[in-house]
This record gives sequence, C-alpha cells and structure tokens, in this order.
Amino acid sequence: MSTRAGQGRFAIAVLLLSLLWAPLAAPVHADDAVSPRAAELLYRTYCIQCHGLHGTGSGINVRDMAVQPRDHTDSEAMSGLNDERLFKAIREGGPAVTKSVLMPPWGGVLSDPEIHALVKYLRKLCACEEKRGPG
Amino acid sequence: MRRDFAMLRSLPLALWLALAVVTGTAAPTLAADDAGGALLTERCASCHNLTGPATTTVEGIRARKGPDLFYAGDKFRAEWLEGWLQKPARIRPAGAFYGDHIKATDKWDVVDESTLAAHPSLSAADARLSAAALMQRHAGRERLQGVKVEEVSLPMFMGDMLFDKFKGCIACHQSGRDYGGLSGPELYTAAERLRPEFMYSYMQNPQAWDPRIWMPNMHLAAEDLNKLVTYLQMIAGEEEQ
Ligand code: HEC
Ligand code: HEC
Ligand code: HEC
Repeated sequence: MSTRAGQGRFAIAVLLLSLLWAPLAAPVHADDAVSPRAAELLYRTYCIQCHGLHGTGSGINVRDMAVQPRDHTDSEAMSGLNDERLFKAIREGGPAVTKSVLMPPWGGVLSDPEIHALVKYLRKLCACEEKRGPG
Repeated sequence: MRRDFAMLRSLPLALWLALAVVTGTAAPTLAADDAGGALLTERCASCHNLTGPATTTVEGIRARKGPDLFYAGDKFRAEWLEGWLQKPARIRPAGAFYGDHIKATDKWDVVDESTLAAHPSLSAADARLSAAALMQRHAGRERLQGVKVEEVSLPMFMGDMLFDKFKGCIACHQSGRDYGGLSGPELYTAAERLRPEFMYSYMQNPQAWDPRIWMPNMHLAAEDLNKLVTYLQMIAGEEEQ
C-alpha cells in the first residue's frame, strides 16, 4: 500500500517536473523570437569554425582556405553590407551575394528567425550599423 | 485439392524447421547480441547515444561527448569497426564538439591537443562483440532505401577541383594528411570507415541524420553526390599506399 502511494507521488512529481522542463527543452528552431543569448550560442556553434573564436575571420579551418572569412569585427567593411545582404549571405551562402563558396549556405540548419538574430549579433560584433541611403 | 493436401503434410516439417532455427542456430547469436548490448550500455553509453533519437537543440549538440551510434549499422563498414575499436585513431581533429577543443593564437585558432583524450580501446573479443551489436542498429535504414550510388569515372584533378574549389568541402574536412579544415571528420579515411550509401545520404542532407550538426546542407545534385562518393573512395586508396 505505502509503496503504491509512493509510486503515485513519484509519478506526479515526474509529471510536474517534466511540465516545468518542457519550455526549456523546446528546440530553438521554433518560430518565435530568438534571444541575443541564443544568437550568440548559434554563432559559437556554426560560425566560429571559420570566423574564429573572436569573430575576426581566423578560425581553426582557415589555414588551407583560398579565400579568408570575413572579419566580423571590422566595422568599416561590415557597415557597408546592409542587413538584407547579411541575411542572404548567411541563408544562401557566398555565391548568392557573388562571394566565395567557402562561405556555405545555412538555410538547411538555421531557421529564418535564427538568421535574423544572427544578423543582429553581427551588428553587435562589428559595433556598427548598416549604412543607409545612397553612398 | 491435392496440392493443399501436400502442403498440409509438409506443415509439421516447416514448424520443426522454424523451431530448429530458433533454438539451434539463432540462440548463440542472440546470446552474443545480449552480451554485446550489455557491453555497449556499460562502457559506451556515457559518451554515445545508443538508442536515439538525435538531439534537436543547439545545447544538445554542443554537450555531446561522442558521435551518435544508434544508426551504426547503417553508417559503418563492419570490417573497419572491429579493427578501429581495438586500435582507435583520431577521426575528428578537434574532437566531438570542436568548440570545446580550440584556443586562439596571434595568427589563428588552433586545436588544443591537451584537451583531447585518447578513445578507450577494446580487446579483440570485446571489439568483436560490440562491433556486432553496433551493426545491429539500423535506425536510419529507411533513409538509405532510395539511395543508389552510381559509379562514375572521374580524373583525380576533377575530384580535387570539385571538393576544394566548386563545393568548398576543404574548408571543414581534410582530404589528405594535414591538408584541409579541422572542424569536420577527416575524409581521406571516410571510404574505409563508411558505407557508400551512407556517405551519399549524409552529404545530400546532413540534418536528416543529425538535425543540428554544423555541416550545412550544400544542396548537392545527384551527379555531384556520385562524383563525391567516387572521389572519397579514390583518396582513401591513395593514402593507404
Ligand atoms: C566553412 C567556413 C565558414 C563558415 C562555417 C562560415 N563562414 Fe561566413 N564566410 C566564410 C568566408 C570564406 C567568407 C568570405 C567570402 C568572400 O569574401 O568571398 C565569409 C563571409 C561571410 C559574411 C560576409 C558576406 C558578404 O556579403 O561579404 C558573412 C556575413 C558571414 N560570412 C557570416 C557567417 C555566419 C553568420 C556564419 C555562421 C552561421 C558563417 N559565416 C559561417 C566562411 C565561413
Ligand atoms: C569518454 C567518452 C567515450 C567513451 C566512453 C566511448 N567513446 Fe566512442 N567516441 C568518443 C569520441 C569523442 C569519439 C570521436 C573520436 C574521433 O572522431 O576522433 C568517439 C568515436 C567513436 C566511434 C566512431 C564514430 C564515428 O562516427 O566516427 C565509434 C564506433 C565508437 N566511438 C565506439 C565506441 C564504443 C563501442 C565504446 C564503448 C566500448 C565507446 N565508443 C566509448 C568518446 C567515447
Ligand atoms: C562547415 C563545415 C563543413 C563543410 C563545409 C562540409 N562538411 Fe562534411 N561534415 C562536417 C561535420 C561537422 C560532419 C559530421 C561530424 C560528426 O558527425 O561528428 C561532417 C560529415 C561529413 C561526412 C560523414 C563523415 C563521417 O565520418 O561521419 C561526409 C562524407 C562529409 N561530411 C562530406 C562533405 C562534403 C563532400 C562536403 C562538401 C560538399 C562537406 N562535407 C562540407 C562539416 C562540414
């Protein structure tokens, strides 16, 4: 009898715990807004292999690469690329913006909201805004 | 009518045969599977996902201590597996999650060797048991069903061009000893390790196998997939000599 009750209580505890846990465990893939913290984690998972731990374009992969990755901390160069251009480069890869194939397309693993969040994160890295208007 | 009768007469024979298979021939392999399965659970489950499904979160993939093995039977060549488990050599130059094993230098980031441990190695008997148990795992079987790798003839320099220049695979993978990127597995041993159908399917859609892996889907056409499988087979032969 007492073990039965114990089991019941345990089951309820597990159920409550899993309810608490569910929102935390939901994939970042969901279509809601992606937090700045999540964007940074994406960058540190998918981008630093080439763009480097500090985002300067010197990742572990660069030694034998014919075209060097963009330095994301270069505010001069990065402000010349508008948000739409950054989004397209990330989603569809270098060739979509007439750049090298060594910048691969990420649309197959990252959702659009995640890519938008990455663009915002890049603006933080370069400490720059997109240049607006002509020139 | 007569045929039906004949069938009825052979029924006991069929039953007896089925029983013989179950009790006689099949029993020892079942026992071996159990021992192999137990060995995997005991000595491998702390680092490898043996049951699936694959993680679907970024946090999950970063926390992974070793590659997923729940579809090992669809992925590996059995001959390679048993040997490697006895004398494991590094496949991923920067470990299971590269982000945990790199450090910045003045020039560029490098692999921090001091953080990489050698893989546990098994006795010949244990390697045989666990390889057999791993080869029973076919969670990805239906993904390979439609895959038909076609042999193509490809001069080596065209393969090099495809891999390095046109598709940019070299950015993350080594196509020769000490040549290429470090965040993906070395590929000059891929054809020794992996089934051709798996290589084809994985290159076609890495996220179908591993939803959050940091190899992008490069949208490769069938023609290029066939060429790349051929190329990986060619470079594997080359390094052996
Ligand atoms: C396999 C290596 C590699 C990976 C991984 C990679 N990049 Fe790149 N990236 C490059 C290279 C090389 C260039 C430079 C291309 C050129 O100048 O022709 C580049 C350029 C860029 C540019 C500038 C594009 C332009 O319009 O000039 C952006 C933005 C960028 N990468 C963002 C990212 C983000 C975000 C990620 C992670 C989701 C990422 N990259 C992952 C190699 C990589
Ligand atoms: C301490 C963690 C750890 C344990 C325990 C461990 N492995 Fe591994 N295993 C790894 C890592 C890390 C790799 C990746 C090695 C590499 O790529 O160089 C790996 C790679 C492998 C591979 C190659 C996978 C691939 O996709 O390339 C196989 C097969 C394997 N392990 C089998 C086993 C078996 C069988 C056991 C138990 C007897 C075991 N491992 C125990 C960490 C571990
Ligand atoms: C941005 C980095 C990156 C690029 C670019 C890339 N890969 Fe990969 N590749 C990976 C990673 C990461 C894995 C899986 C690692 C794991 O399972 O632990 C992988 C796995 C593979 C595998 C399976 C190997 C194994 O041992 O399991 C093959 C085959 C492969 N890639 C071929 C290619 C080819 C061909 C290209 C070019 C069309 C390419 N890759 C481009 C990162 C990359």
